[in-house]
Amino acid sequence: MRVARVALPTTVDEAVVALRDAPGAQLLAGGTDFCVEVNFGLRRPPAVVALRRVRELRRHAVTPETVVIGAGTTYADMGDPGLSSALPALAAAARTVGSPQVRNAGTLGGNVATASPAGDTLPLLAALDARVVLRGPSGERTASLGEVVTGVKTTSIGPDEVVVEVVVDRRPGPQQFVKVGTRNAMVIAIASAAVVVDVEAHEVRVALGSVAPVPVRATAAEVHIADAIDWRAAGGPRASEGALARFGELVAGAASPITDHRSTAEYRRLAVGVIARRALERCVARAA
Amino acid sequence: MVRSGAGVAERVTRAQRGDRVGDSPVRPDGAQKTRGEFAFSSDLWMDAMLWGKTLRSPHVAARIRSIDTGPALAMPGVRAVVTAADVPGRPTFGLELPDQPVFASDVVRYHGEPVAAVAADHPEAARAAALAIVVDYEPLVPLVDPEAAIDAAPIHPDGNVFRHLVVRHGELGASGDVVVEGNYEVGMQDQAFLGPESGLAVPAEDGGVDLYVATQWLHVDRDQVAASLGLPADRVRLHLAGVGGAFGGREDVSLQIHLCMLALRAGRPVKMVYARDESFFGHVHRHPARLWYRHHATRDGDLVKVEARIVLDGGAYLSSSNAVLSNAVCFAPGPYRVPNALIEGYAVRTNNPPCGAMRGFGAVQVCFGHEAQMDKLAAALSVDPVELRLRNALERYDRLVTGQVLTGAVPVREVIRAAASHPLPVPQDPAGTMMALPGGAGATADPVHVRRGVGFAASMKNIAYSEGFDDFATARLRLEAGADGEPIATLTVATAEVGQGFVTLAQQIVREELGVGRVVLAPASTAEIGSAGSSSASRQTWMSGGACQLACATLRSELIVRAAELWECAAAQCLFDDGEVVRVETGERLLVRDLLVPAPLETTEEYHHRPTRALDADGQGDAHVSFMFAAHRAVVDVDPELGLLRVVQISTGQDVGRAINPVQVTGQIEGGVAQGIGLALMEEIVVSEGRVRNPSFTDYLLPTTLDMPDVVATVVEELEPDAPYGAKGVGEPPAISSGPAVLAAVRDATGLPVTRAPVRPQDIAYAWRGGA
Ligand SMILES: Cc1cc2nc3c(=O)[nH]c(=O)nc-3n(C[C@H](O)[C@H](O)[C@H](O)COP(=O)(O)OP(=O)(O)OC[C@H]3O[C@@H](n4cnc5c(N)ncnc54)[C@H](O)[C@@H]3O)c2cc1C
Repeated sequence: MRVARVALPTTVDEAVVALRDAPGAQLLAGGTDFCVEVNFGLRRPPAVVALRRVRELRRHAVTPETVVIGAGTTYADMGDPGLSSALPALAAAARTVGSPQVRNAGTLGGNVATASPAGDTLPLLAALDARVVLRGPSGERTASLGEVVTGVKTTSIGPDEVVVEVVVDRRPGPQQFVKVGTRNAMVIAIASAAVVVDVEAHEVRVALGSVAPVPVRATAAEVHIADAIDWRAAGGPRASEGALARFGELVAGAASPITDHRSTAEYRRLAVGVIARRALERCVARAA
Repeated sequence: MVRSGAGVAERVTRAQRGDRVGDSPVRPDGAQKTRGEFAFSSDLWMDAMLWGKTLRSPHVAARIRSIDTGPALAMPGVRAVVTAADVPGRPTFGLELPDQPVFASDVVRYHGEPVAAVAADHPEAARAAALAIVVDYEPLVPLVDPEAAIDAAPIHPDGNVFRHLVVRHGELGASGDVVVEGNYEVGMQDQAFLGPESGLAVPAEDGGVDLYVATQWLHVDRDQVAASLGLPADRVRLHLAGVGGAFGGREDVSLQIHLCMLALRAGRPVKMVYARDESFFGHVHRHPARLWYRHHATRDGDLVKVEARIVLDGGAYLSSSNAVLSNAVCFAPGPYRVPNALIEGYAVRTNNPPCGAMRGFGAVQVCFGHEAQMDKLAAALSVDPVELRLRNALERYDRLVTGQVLTGAVPVREVIRAAASHPLPVPQDPAGTMMALPGGAGATADPVHVRRGVGFAASMKNIAYSEGFDDFATARLRLEAGADGEPIATLTVATAEVGQGFVTLAQQIVREELGVGRVVLAPASTAEIGSAGSSSASRQTWMSGGACQLACATLRSELIVRAAELWECAAAQCLFDDGEVVRVETGERLLVRDLLVPAPLETTEEYHHRPTRALDADGQGDAHVSFMFAAHRAVVDVDPELGLLRVVQISTGQDVGRAINPVQVTGQIEGGVAQGIGLALMEEIVVSEGRVRNPSFTDYLLPTTLDMPDVVATVVEELEPDAPYGAKGVGEPPAISSGPAVLAAVRDATGLPVTRAPVRPQDIAYAWRGGA
């Protein structure tokens, strides 16, 4: 029987070296995607580089300008008070992922590298124009999420590259993550939406999951609603019923969903418009 | 759990005497199971054993031009490869008729049909070898529409119609003042037991084989395995391994014959464990159904006639389709008095996955139809749906549409009243957590998006096998003195413990009958004892329970005879009283332990239920042994815009005859409700063009704790005259009307028709958007 070699690096640099030294080696983080694929016979790496001992990957840092989230941050970690108050929608997304066991093991880096259309951290990262920091044999590079996640389960991550961390700019204002599934917990998204309202820049950022091959920004909806919101209203930003309804329609229009065994394209489009609008209504008051 | 009815007062005194009938002792395997120490069939292990792997068809329908096993045999570590050409005996198997090939030889009739099997030193080697087998398929156009199958060219020598059953009852020309009509559809549910199919076959010195396997019925497996191996039944010995759930999905043979063929070919023990995806292909599912109904009633609300047409998709092979259809047709009207009926049922063969037994067995599918119809009728008559059901509820001595007179306990009104009378849950708290709303963790809804609905449904089902089948049960009981002189009762039954708790009941029964505290259950094996029948059809409490009770009665008589000999009196002067024999005239007493001094006592008994008859050409006849009734009220929160649901509460009344173990009854009710609402909300094997699209727990969704409502139950205890202790079965009813009650609540909340189970988010959301 062929037995995979396992490397147990304790630093990112060691991990990069281990990847380079064992051709075909693959990174193992929480294993919640990796091991499923092994069970299904879809993945049989000759060597494994396990990241659990790389402590620097599990750090996160919240500054007034940015939030830096290590690739080894688990879904359970995303509920950490400092991190969740800076990125409440990330914590909300994390709460929807799998079961407690999966949230204790699964990581942000694994979610990005898996690049599933249903990856639940991805819409918020897309909404925030996240930057992904990768390290390989020739050093570190930074790429946008869109450059990294190139299609359904495909990325531009090199075979000897490690995702080190994800960096987002802080946006003052409310944010939401909403996810539709046929079950009330532990379900793969049929449609999801992240909505970020920046009350200083007067911007609304909306990104959608599970309705296109990669997370998509609903730019037309963003532009429309940023114009339509009365940002200076007493009691906080507000928008009219009509503007909110139009926002929902424009969001639905940004989706290019498919029909599969989980749902239909038509429902996904309908649902993503509804949830984006509801998410926004939690951030922005409805004008009478 | 609330309890009402006879027998309650009596139990208080029994309870004081400890773990007997009516108490709730902890199950003997409970601690092991909760600690993860219980050995399930997938934990079987033997030194030098091989690992088996099945090769399955990637095609839905195909002709097999050739199979080349050479490349697999040439691989390192491969010890045996078998195909249809290697089946030593009968090439087919089946529960009702052997119409299913052990391995496909010339034709493949469903996606995932077994084509070959491999045994190798390591599971990986077996998997690689199975993939190395070269099968040349010529794909055929699959027959996947059950309606079309009735007249389509046969896809099997036995034809496409498994059974066409018509019930003609009363005046077929009768009609009512008020008529309601509807079409309904039920999707394909899976038993989704947690322990996948697994077993270990060990070749024996006598040329036979010992098979350790998780199953529901050892003897019926044994007979099918022996026939295909071409061996006499006594050289094929089946032993029950730890069963991780069943729900009907282990009634049919899955890996049993393959494993034994591999073990005999390789001359070594072979173990096989299906992975989850293979399990979805390895067992039969619940029949998808298409239903058409027309109900007639008087203006006062009395049912006049029920017309129905039922089409069950049996998939590629027969399995138990004939019996499932019989139930669907018999129980098509539900638990109501129906003077006239014309009910036509078809069970047909298609190239879809084979369907067979699952908890509720035919009664589940039709319940979605008859209960939606009762609500429609109530709406047409402007009466309360519960009142309409009470008005038409069956009573003792009423006739079913099959002409059978109900002679047992028929507490239909009691279960309906019980389900309707529990307090409704508090209205949802606007400040409460979003987790409690439809959409749950996804935070899709705010309270303003949610409407609450209440729905009601009632159901009935038979206990044990029907239409002339003698599904007897056997028990052997041995009483002997232990090392300390205290008596030990050893009970040998072939009853499959599939989680239902028969092991607990058996101990309670022996304690009840003999007053012997120490009751040991011997392993279940065809080598040790005769058949127990299947652990299905809610029948083991009655049937194996009855066999245990009979065995106890025989030994009690023998203890009395021994006592009478010692006292030199007539046996008629002695009584058995709670572990002692009493001489009536003198009040002298002898303990069981004293009576065992000369020698142990042993007896083997068979318990048979009263005979039943096959249905005649008009669907008439006393086809069933006994019936169980249940009612469910569902409170459901609905987010109609997104079509998302949350069941808040299920309130139920269930007719149990007598609760032999109240805690276990509660367990069956809660588990059955989970399975019932699962079918209403999310559980469906998605099949398109015959292909299974979601063979995993990622995509075959089962309810989680966030989907499970509070369950409030009243068990109605009206003793069943024929049954041991008056106890009916309890396993199936909770899974029957709970789902239909949920859909009724969704209709109540939204005003939408909701005619399909499971109801999908898009079904509600589209209709809502269209109507709103
Ligand atoms: C039961 C269950 C439920 C689930 N539910 C959800 C859900 O609701 N939502 C959701 O989004 N996902 C869900 N998932 C998927 C999974 O949990 C996530 O995608 C998770 O984030 C993967 O992270 P991991 O640490 O487990 O990665 P692993 O499985 O260890 O690895 C996944 C992939 O990422 C690569 N990788 C990991 N770390 C790095 C790194 N630092 N740099 C480069 N490549 C890396 C690996 O090589 C591999 O290709 C579920 C999984 C299971 C088993």
